[in-house]
Amino acid sequence: MQMPTPDARVLSRKAEIVDRLRGVLPADAVIDDVAETRAYECDALTAYKCPPLAAVLPASTEEVAAVLKICHEMDVPVVPRGSGTSLAGGALPTADCVILGVSKLNEVLETDYDNRFIRVQTGRTNLSVTGAVEEQDFFYAPDPSSQLACAISGNIAMNSGGAHCLKYGVTTNNLLGVTMVMMDGTVVELGGAHLDAAGLDLLGVICGSEGQLGVVTEATLRILRKPEGARPVLMGFDANEVAGACVSDIIKAGVLPVAIEFMDRPCIRACEAFAKAGYPDCEALLIVEVEGSDEEIDHQLKLIMDIARRHNPVELREAKDADEAGRIWLGRKSAFGAMGQINDYMCLDGTIPVSELPRVLTRIGEMSKEYGLDVANVFHAGDGNMHPLILFDANKPGDLEKCEELGADILKLCVEVGGCLTGEHGVGIEKRDLMHVQYAPADLEAQMAVKDVFDPNWLLNSAKVFPLDASDARRALDVAAE
Amino acid sequence: MTPKTEDELSEIIKAARDPLQIRGGGTRGGAGTGALLETGGLSGISLYEPGALTLVAGAGTPLAEIDTALARENQRLAFEPLDHRTLLGSSGEPTLGGVAATNASGPRRIQVGAARDFMLGVRFVDGAGNIVKNGGRVMKNVTGYDLVKLMAGSWGQLGVMTEVSLKVLPVPEMIATLLINGLNETRAVAAMSRALGSPFEITGAAHAPRGVDGHPVTMLRIEGFETQITYRAGELKKLLAEFGDIAVETDQDRVAAGWAWVRDVALMKDKPGDVWRFSVKPSDGPKLAAALGAEDILLDWGGGLVWARMPEGTDARTKMGDIAGHGTLVRMSDGSRGRIPRLHPEPAPVAKLTDGLRARFDPRGLFNLAPVPA
Repeated sequence: MQMPTPDARVLSRKAEIVDRLRGVLPADAVIDDVAETRAYECDALTAYKCPPLAAVLPASTEEVAAVLKICHEMDVPVVPRGSGTSLAGGALPTADCVILGVSKLNEVLETDYDNRFIRVQTGRTNLSVTGAVEEQDFFYAPDPSSQLACAISGNIAMNSGGAHCLKYGVTTNNLLGVTMVMMDGTVVELGGAHLDAAGLDLLGVICGSEGQLGVVTEATLRILRKPEGARPVLMGFDANEVAGACVSDIIKAGVLPVAIEFMDRPCIRACEAFAKAGYPDCEALLIVEVEGSDEEIDHQLKLIMDIARRHNPVELREAKDADEAGRIWLGRKSAFGAMGQINDYMCLDGTIPVSELPRVLTRIGEMSKEYGLDVANVFHAGDGNMHPLILFDANKPGDLEKCEELGADILKLCVEVGGCLTGEHGVGIEKRDLMHVQYAPADLEAQMAVKDVFDPNWLLNSAKVFPLDASDARRALDVAAE
Repeated sequence: MTPKTEDELSEIIKAARDPLQIRGGGTRGGAGTGALLETGGLSGISLYEPGALTLVAGAGTPLAEIDTALARENQRLAFEPLDHRTLLGSSGEPTLGGVAATNASGPRRIQVGAARDFMLGVRFVDGAGNIVKNGGRVMKNVTGYDLVKLMAGSWGQLGVMTEVSLKVLPVPEMIATLLINGLNETRAVAAMSRALGSPFEITGAAHAPRGVDGHPVTMLRIEGFETQITYRAGELKKLLAEFGDIAVETDQDRVAAGWAWVRDVALMKDKPGDVWRFSVKPSDGPKLAAALGAEDILLDWGGGLVWARMPEGTDARTKMGDIAGHGTLVRMSDGSRGRIPRLHPEPAPVAKLTDGLRARFDPRGLFNLAPVPA
């Protein structure tokens, strides 16, 4: 993975830059010691590391504005960072950048149950937003699997999803307003506690812009009342095609489950060996969860099981209570841990039209053999968001590269069948150079035009999202101007 | 001009020297001024997969055609786009492009989202004639910037949409309306808030101080399987007991007609004056209604969407005081034309971004929805 050459002028001015940052932040909020900056050298895409020039930890919107203003004046690239849980390298530093971490911005500013929103500082973790409203039986719906650690700022940057978005949508569907600091230090307010913002939907384009348009310091989020209950049914099939057809029939029948999870044989076996959840040894396994009161759940599960029976399942197991529900979810929830025990793995998240599931799974199986690397599949089937896990050995020379090549081929396949490169993890550096596969030059140009408007000097997280050859000229702009 | 293909549209735009008026079905008039550019030639459903809840169609496709195709599979556009013909007294056929360009969304917006939340992908031609695609036809997609949202509700200011992909949803087995009579606005919003804060998935919450029979009526909608409707209606009656007697309407035609009445603001149809649409925090709805002193009020979205009929030429925005939100002048009488801006003025830093985007996507100013001067 290539990164741009660090700007020598910035590197040579490190002392001056740090001095000016110390002028607007408390001493302990500016980190420039080489050993200490290592704490920020990577995110959850740990294959790539690079310590930043410095890291700052502002504690208010005003401090964020002051930092950005200085960096803007001094032409210093800035990489915003939430909790550093990006799987796509969204928070990977460059050697000439200042990491702007929002971890000190973690307050709840306002909770309003009558109007069903919460306003928080964006360094707050996803799960702790729900934690703040749980006593009133409310919750914040988007639930990425990193929700214990990931920050709302990162959720907004990546438009994070989760297992329950078939019913509740992703971050962009639950974000009502933001306070955002522009690269030049200007503070803008977009949206609020009302349901739709005026004018162009800038909020909609900021969400998912991977920290390239501004630094979001506060967010107004929609909160919902918790359902009365939720219970899953587990079903096993002896062919991926049959499981795929069953998913489609459930959706067509008018039941809208809150989650439909799919696991293939390699994944089932690994999870079973790890968690011993009592999963059947079959080709494909579905976990379908519905919500409501006990009677409502019974009714919906019955409809779903009637549909499943028409597809001759090898196993059909309804959770009658919380304990049985827990056992059904046990294997699925330990999928990533199970894989981690077997080997190093790379997790992709290409999305495909649900109807293409069987074809794509077959093709992934063939590719896996061609490359000689095992691939296990676990994913959100209701919305086609795949999670192929490619197993490799990081200590074996060339294995990571081979894994990346296979990953790229799988993602190209996703695009080929009408899907996309990433459903919820984001592009970051990981999929940056594959953007040409999905988008024509004019498509990328239109997206980059948005960045031109928000960040004319391309200082914010600029080595991400767009292929370097497409963004080179823009990143060089400020240099050329001198 | 009625291009039949995206390429033809691109050529027309490249060749244009003067502003264009983009028109879908014409139910809201056209967007902009100048030579008429109609999208009717870009019509037809190109893909519909009921099992994947996905539909793709040309921007000029009549909404009625989409509704018919969906109804055959017992599915629907859940965001319930309002039909402007009722309120504006206009004719024409609503099109998918028009719905997308205005982000037209109805009462169900409070639970499932607006048009923008159901738009999965767009293709459009920008002001330089470039053909651009963004998003796609899958439900989860974070590949690059979300220009789909930017196009939704952009009123044709950034480009002419040629194709839209949508997420669709199943039609529930049953829909019911709970009706409470005689509440004032404050009590009505309190009742709606309590219902919306319950686990019973309210999909519509509206209040009319003067309903069809001239008396105050508060409406709550629930949807689902028949067993769910029975259970939830019972629970809601208990929850809202202090607000008075609750009648439950389950006649499906009457239920549909009632919500179409709310959705299309039929209350203000054929009556004189300007019609305003305000978006505020729900609990501010009654406060705003009182401050406006309007001739007619309709509260939707649990109180957060305030429709107000005002005497001709009144700048209702000046009455907002410290209430946060924004107002759009949706139906403008002759006396207000040219005097009151249609869209809410933006704060300077936001206007700078909006203007910047317009300049980039429409460098020659072909599409600018001529904003009415203040």
